[in-house]
Amino acid sequence: MRAFVTAVFAFLYLPIALVVLFSFNAGRHASEFTGFSVQWYGTALSNPFLVEALKNSLFIATTSALLAAVCGTAAALGLARVGLRTRAVFDALMGAAIVVPGVVIGISTLVALVQLFGVLNPFLASVWPDGQPPRLSLGYGSIIAAHGLFSMALVTMIVGTRLASLDRNLVEASSDLYATPLTTFRSIVLPQIMPAVVAGFLLAFTFSFDDFIVAFFVAGAQTTLPIYVFASIRRGVTPEINAIATIVLVASVLLVVLAQWQLRQRKPAN
Amino acid sequence: MTAVPDIEFRGVTKRYGAVTAVTAIDLAIPPSAFVALLGPSGCGKTTCLRMIGGFEQSSEGQVFIRGQDMAGTPPYRRPVNMVFQQYALFPHLDVEANVSYGLRQARPRLSSQEIGRRAGEALEMVRLAGYGGRKIHELSGGQQQRVALARALVNKPAVLLLDEPLAALDKKLRTDMQIELQNLQREIGITFVLVTHDQEEALSMSDLVCVMNGGRIVQLGQPSEIYDEPADLFVADFVGKTNLLSGKVAGHTGDLVNVALADGTVIAARKRIALQQGEAVSVSLRPESLSLGATEGSPFKGIVRNRIFLGSTAEYAIEIQGIGTLLAKADHVIGHGNLFKPGEPVAIGFASGTPLAFPEIKNNGTNQRVAKNVEIIS
Repeated sequence: MRAFVTAVFAFLYLPIALVVLFSFNAGRHASEFTGFSVQWYGTALSNPFLVEALKNSLFIATTSALLAAVCGTAAALGLARVGLRTRAVFDALMGAAIVVPGVVIGISTLVALVQLFGVLNPFLASVWPDGQPPRLSLGYGSIIAAHGLFSMALVTMIVGTRLASLDRNLVEASSDLYATPLTTFRSIVLPQIMPAVVAGFLLAFTFSFDDFIVAFFVAGAQTTLPIYVFASIRRGVTPEINAIATIVLVASVLLVVLAQWQLRQRKPAN
Repeated sequence: MTAVPDIEFRGVTKRYGAVTAVTAIDLAIPPSAFVALLGPSGCGKTTCLRMIGGFEQSSEGQVFIRGQDMAGTPPYRRPVNMVFQQYALFPHLDVEANVSYGLRQARPRLSSQEIGRRAGEALEMVRLAGYGGRKIHELSGGQQQRVALARALVNKPAVLLLDEPLAALDKKLRTDMQIELQNLQREIGITFVLVTHDQEEALSMSDLVCVMNGGRIVQLGQPSEIYDEPADLFVADFVGKTNLLSGKVAGHTGDLVNVALADGTVIAARKRIALQQGEAVSVSLRPESLSLGATEGSPFKGIVRNRIFLGSTAEYAIEIQGIGTLLAKADHVIGHGNLFKPGEPVAIGFASGTPLAFPEIKNNGTNQRVAKNVEIIS
């Protein structure tokens, strides 16, 4: 049993460890370790295509995570007030959004967007007063929308859990002390759920930053970091790829740990 | 009463779906009173309090605060403040910020000096001066309780609402807080409305007790009235300890009714409502109204089964053939050695007051509730 568990973990983590190890390889082949060096990090960061992809990824991840944090929190607040039955339906739908494979989300989002653009673009062209009407197409917007939608379910669940453990008496006490509903939200509810909102944002960011599958379907002409890595691998795995992978790995782990830490912070009283 | 009542309920009914929590309540609370809403859990007392606070709206009838109909007025526009059962202090704010929370909502805004001064005064009033910078979780239960009080009173409300405020405290602290609350109420002179299921708490603190059961007010009166002259069997049993003996009406002598008990003994009792010949009744005998060891005219003879020595008094469980076990209470005189021992035969008479006879609880809707509650309490 112990050997089995060891084997499973070795199978999981050894490749990752190798990637990290070979990112510090002095030689240019991924198969033999010829000495320690950080040169490939330099190479990677001086590659203009790669830096462009990294910038894209950071922009998309930040925007979609912000979108998800705001909309997801709003959704969680709304869901806290609906009836049990409606609540169960929405919980199931959100759970489904999280377990549906990326391929399905990617392809269905692509089909939906293309159909939508097919209707919207002629419509825009017909109602546009003069000059060139804007043409909606795949790109930043579609990746942000797809990632934001998925992450929103994530944030809604995390914030919803926190809201459920929020003492309803606090809201009533605030209301009893002459605070309008808006003030109560600002000074009591928001500070109490803030750790969950931040954690949700961080997880949404990580998801978007790491995502290849969904982005690959809806990216259009844009390149995100995972798409760039995938494209480069066709030309062989170089230590440069390993260096990028290591950067992404460290950043992701840091963010997830930060999110967990946020969730543990300031648990509501009782 | 000519003064406008601080709180008035007019025909207030509250339904939750098919469940009626409160039925046709009429109640006027005079200014500067300390009123206790007393009853078993589920009797509607908390619902009444929450309707004053504005957290629930009545399904029928009106709630007035100082003569103003409160229909549609949200909690944040009502001149009342509440001390919540679990205090509901804001855990992310310190003591000072908790206490000044209500003052900060005032429009036009109060100056920060004014807010600081009044919060300081409120903390001083509850003997927590200098605790302003503390975190809530650093305080003991009793201190949190006092912060909750200061947070409510700092706003100078027309009425202070207290929802089982002492339930979370231990016995010693509870007694201290009872006295403190009484003093505070007298000092500030505003109306306190206290919800409690603890009859001792209600009797000891308030000027006026409103006993509720099954969503209705059963009796409203001063604590001594409630204890001495309970309106019905439920109140007699719920408030204070009592012995309930079943019997049948055997006849009337003047205002008194003669009740034949199970063993044939006939005792004279007062009554609250007219009783028919042969009607099944329960007779309430307070433990302290019984005298032990009397030889002349003692209706009962029994055997002491248990003795509970309480210092100033002693309680006895006395078994009487054909009737059951009676609880009797006798004063203890220091050094007198007048204690009965378990197993000792004893004669029981009436020391003071006349027993009260009530119609036996019938088996219909509301009264079934009464019967159930009586079981829970006993």
